[in-house]
Amino acid sequence: MMQVRLSHYMRTLGEDLRRDWQLYLLVAPMIIWFLVFLYKPMHGLQIAFKDFSIFRGIEASPWVGLAHFQELFANELFIRSFWNTITISFLGLVFAFPVPIILALMFNEVQNALARRWAQTIVYLPHFISVVIVAGIVINFLSPSTGIVNTALGWFGIAPIYFLTQPEWFRPVFIGSSIWKEAGFESIVYLAAIAGVSPTLYESARVDGASRWQMVWRITLPCILPTIIIMLIIRIGNLVEVGFEYIILLYRPSTYQTADVVSTFIYRTGLQGTQYDLATAAGLFNAVIAFVLVYTANRISRKVSSTSLW
Amino acid sequence: MSTSNLYTRGDKIFGYANAFLLGLFVLSTLYPFIYILSASVSSGAAVTSGRVVLWPVDLTLAAYERVLSDRMFWISYGNTFIYTFGGTAMSLLIMVPGAYALSRKRLRGRTFFNLMIAFTLWFNAGMIPFFLNMRDLGLLDSRFGIIIGFACNAFNVILLRNFFEAVPKSFEEAAKMDGASELQLLWKVFIPLSKPAIVTVALFCIVSRWNGYFWSMVLLRGEEKIPLQVYLKRIIVDLNSNDEFASSLLTAQYSFETITAAIMVASIIPVLIIYPYAQKYFSKGILLGGVKE
Repeated sequence: MMQVRLSHYMRTLGEDLRRDWQLYLLVAPMIIWFLVFLYKPMHGLQIAFKDFSIFRGIEASPWVGLAHFQELFANELFIRSFWNTITISFLGLVFAFPVPIILALMFNEVQNALARRWAQTIVYLPHFISVVIVAGIVINFLSPSTGIVNTALGWFGIAPIYFLTQPEWFRPVFIGSSIWKEAGFESIVYLAAIAGVSPTLYESARVDGASRWQMVWRITLPCILPTIIIMLIIRIGNLVEVGFEYIILLYRPSTYQTADVVSTFIYRTGLQGTQYDLATAAGLFNAVIAFVLVYTANRISRKVSSTSLW
Repeated sequence: MSTSNLYTRGDKIFGYANAFLLGLFVLSTLYPFIYILSASVSSGAAVTSGRVVLWPVDLTLAAYERVLSDRMFWISYGNTFIYTFGGTAMSLLIMVPGAYALSRKRLRGRTFFNLMIAFTLWFNAGMIPFFLNMRDLGLLDSRFGIIIGFACNAFNVILLRNFFEAVPKSFEEAAKMDGASELQLLWKVFIPLSKPAIVTVALFCIVSRWNGYFWSMVLLRGEEKIPLQVYLKRIIVDLNSNDEFASSLLTAQYSFETITAAIMVASIIPVLIIYPYAQKYFSKGILLGGVKE
């Protein structure tokens, strides 16, 4: 029985391969790419459990079990980076997440189509600028001696503030400039949701004498609530992912205590410090948490919206 | 009856307040760009002493002359063009045919391939294993490594595949009647019909290539190979105005601040040129990609 099924499988497989060889030819480079560049590194993840030496290679390095994880959890710097990641994400959730929603609601209330298009064109722009430029602008603006911000503070008799070297300023600067860069562009998703709201709702509300303020609160906002919830779930799913490429540009040793996140910790211990095995263990720890969060987020959104994210 | 007659005084105040607050946000988005532009064409002395607030002071192109005479600026600019166009071409060459094949329902193993690609959205090996893999492949310090190593991502594949799946069956059947092969079908029917999706993905690739710095910084060693963003990072972030190099720049005509401003402007200009297209297609792409699977 088993053999019959297997031989049937092999025969139809042969037929399908012969019939669709062109399609397999088309898909092959892409599948090979995913195997070589994304799946092969997963094989390299085993060095999180090995005493890895770059000369011995991945296979020949001896197993050490959970030693690297024990070392990590005893490492104050790693623990600090983990809590910094969560804290920065959470602050982003509180301060940055609502901004694109508010922006979309505000755009929707602008009646002059030309003004609205111009305003949108301008606030989307920073999304297309590299983080290096954004960091350059931030460093330039916040320079204690020549920066425009401290110059302006000087007009009010305030002494220069060393924004980039004082730990308590790192998070406000990071989140503030992230809002500047991304909030405008993120409003697109909400604007699309608003565009889907039925105009009849507004017409009947107007007949009932509702003010514009009331319509925003009672019609627009409730109608886009499903979108807001989905975006919130995605955001929570990405709780352990922060914009480390940007953090690397902005932080410095004097602000590590509030700025160092898991990814920057991995970068310093692994790529700059060549402790590959320890850094891989930290990465694996982060990736597993991320996977669980994203998976849970997806399950929840499937329940909430009946459409899954993936 | 015009709509404005329907509004009460409260509604009008609401409208003005909204326009005012939104205007403030728009201006604060715009201000850094204007400031950087003004600083780049002002004299070094005016910028360092805080006299440049909005408009240029002591108009001069000295900073640009200094930047444009720097050999590394041109090398890195050229490299960025190579990575942007080479990388985008490579991405399309691999992902367009691949996504097309995956959109064909009769392809055996389709579910498995789809799952394999979607899984990378959920889980990836991370920075160090990726780096070691590039090293094992001999792709450290290699232009080709930068171009091939970041050619695909699951999001773009899914976006393209969904678009191909939405192409009406009637087009395909008509072409099949004429005896078209799968390759001809892709080339003559699907690619022309899916131009918006392909342009969207191309623009995603162009923008991320132009702006990417992290992996170029990590993987490339040779000065001759670094892209503009890495060069920018070295000047803007790694140096600061107290450095020796920076103070050597200090003259009355240009300063560290005006030089960095000029480099930033030079790097933003190409972005501004493709921005009108990018804006249009990106908003569509975001919404297309939002509905996955």
